[in-house]
Amino acid sequence: MSFLQYLISGLSLGSVYALIALGYTMVYGIAKMLNFAHGDVIMIGAFTTYTICSALGLPPAAGVLAAVVLCTLLGVCIEKVAYKPLRKAASPLAVLITAIGVSYLLQNVALLIFGTNTKAFTSVVSVNAVRLADGQLTITGETIVTIVSCIVIMAGLMIFIRKTKAGQAMLAVSEDKGAAQLMGINVNGTIALTFAIGSALAAVAGVLLCSAYPSLNPYTGSMPGIKAFVAAVFGGIGSIPGAFIGGILLGIIEIFAKAYISSQMADAIVFAILIVILLIKPTGILGRNIQEKV
Amino acid sequence: MKALKVKMKSDKNLRSNLITFGMVIGVYIIMQVLLAAGVVSSLVRGLLVPLCTYAILAVSLNLTVGILGELSLGHAGFMCIGAFTSAFFSKCMQEAIPIAALRFTIAILIGALCAGLMGLLIGIPVLRLKGDYLAIVTLAFGEIAKNVINMLYIGVDEAGLHFSTKSSLELNLSENGTVIIQGAQGITGTPNDSSFTVGIVLLLITLFVILNLIHSRDGRAIMAIRDNTIAAESIGIPITKYKLMAFSVSAAFAGMAGVLYAHNLSTLSATPKNFGYNMSIMILVFVVLGGIGNIRGSVIAAVVLTLLPELLRGLNDYRMLIYAVVLIAMMLFNWAPACIQWREKMVYRLKSRKKLTKEAE
Repeated sequence: MSFLQYLISGLSLGSVYALIALGYTMVYGIAKMLNFAHGDVIMIGAFTTYTICSALGLPPAAGVLAAVVLCTLLGVCIEKVAYKPLRKAASPLAVLITAIGVSYLLQNVALLIFGTNTKAFTSVVSVNAVRLADGQLTITGETIVTIVSCIVIMAGLMIFIRKTKAGQAMLAVSEDKGAAQLMGINVNGTIALTFAIGSALAAVAGVLLCSAYPSLNPYTGSMPGIKAFVAAVFGGIGSIPGAFIGGILLGIIEIFAKAYISSQMADAIVFAILIVILLIKPTGILGRNIQEKV
Repeated sequence: MKALKVKMKSDKNLRSNLITFGMVIGVYIIMQVLLAAGVVSSLVRGLLVPLCTYAILAVSLNLTVGILGELSLGHAGFMCIGAFTSAFFSKCMQEAIPIAALRFTIAILIGALCAGLMGLLIGIPVLRLKGDYLAIVTLAFGEIAKNVINMLYIGVDEAGLHFSTKSSLELNLSENGTVIIQGAQGITGTPNDSSFTVGIVLLLITLFVILNLIHSRDGRAIMAIRDNTIAAESIGIPITKYKLMAFSVSAAFAGMAGVLYAHNLSTLSATPKNFGYNMSIMILVFVVLGGIGNIRGSVIAAVVLTLLPELLRGLNDYRMLIYAVVLIAMMLFNWAPACIQWREKMVYRLKSRKKLTKEAE
């Protein structure tokens, strides 16, 4: 029974990773950059919900909505101010280091506003827990909501990309920016839209993450952010189903490592997996091979 | 004629190197005079060794970021390895080697060697990757190094070394045995061998080795790889060899900085604050502010950015915020094509204005 219980918590954590990884993978696919600040957008989303629900006492739905709106705006702003000017920079390191700077900036702004103390986040989920097998197996409401919303969001995203013009434009831009521009696609607009969607997903992920693990401080987002990147690489960066599979697998691996090996070593094991994947199959499970051109 | 040109170029390098060395030695002499005069506050006195540590770290990271052109976010991890191996050695050998100078020299060599070896081991698989992937893997390495050290227990008695990953009780030491590494509590009672003079000497050695490496044939090969990997490969430069060389040299000097750091404290523990991701970022900020690829700049930036927030106490809360803004602003200013264009325009205008005033005269 405990195995099943771990599997379920793994699925729940994995769904959160998958949501974050979706944002990473979309941004990476289009802008070809690792958005280091993505993890901190999660934290900002969680703090927004915390402020609205716990401090102002408004209903959870308002908190989640505010988090999504604020993070979307934040994502677009970050892209416009910090990343867009460097899109044609000579060195690929430039935008990477700027992204690290943005991540650091968000953390420290949150630190100045909310302080270092860890806040207790009140769960926004009001679904009752389900007990199975005579109460030996408990599935919390948070787990159910997390897994369901992750699946719904991923399906929605895939339909959006396949069926809408904006989604097709995203595919075209990630394929070839120059050619997409010649076809009359607004490249800057498409990239901004990608950042907006990615950041909105990050906000949802932040609220779900803090509902399941109710401790919130300015560094809450950075570790899950990095792990979600590992998940994105695991599944094959640039691929949406890949991010989903990678996220779920990583969540399960992490929970099992915590349960059966050592709770201290869980992070180290997750990172060791990243190194192994990159050595054996750098394109990930569903990634495509990209040839380097001279 | 050609030989003369080569000679002139090497003279230019030599002069630049000498200015860097002179700067460090000059600061050292001024500080010594001030220390002798007793006008240095205890706050600044306590900062002297960390300043040298940060300068060495910044210079060594600049070798990876500026010369090799790869972003490493695990520099603090190598520093951590150097710090712990050397502190372990010093603690074990405290009685066996009573001469502090000899013991410390060996400790420095051990720390640098272990970190360099680790750099080589990590580098062999990891340097096949580049850009974002390399950054994230080095970050992962730094976290793994910190995690592993935090759960490591090592004790020593007559029977030799005992290892455990659970607690100091599980080491099964005899009565005379002592615990050396106590998991998350780290190592206590490391001999306090670091001093400002040692720090400056180590900084000079670092500068000497790295500056000479950059201006040697090997250094030019490394820079060729940075500028165009495929072109460098096509003219027969062994990519892996030179990448590994730069990466492990950089790691070794980070380890050396770790030795200096460890022997300046009585308690050494691997917390996120001193060996974590934040430390790696701080070193990166020094490198970026000093100028990527500019060794002298790294030293100056490390000193200025460490002293400034300490001297302006009120700024201490905003220290990290300032670092973040500096990082973003410097990158935008130096690398954004629009910014570069604007700067060129400004320089052109200034020049033409000078010309006009000259003509008017």
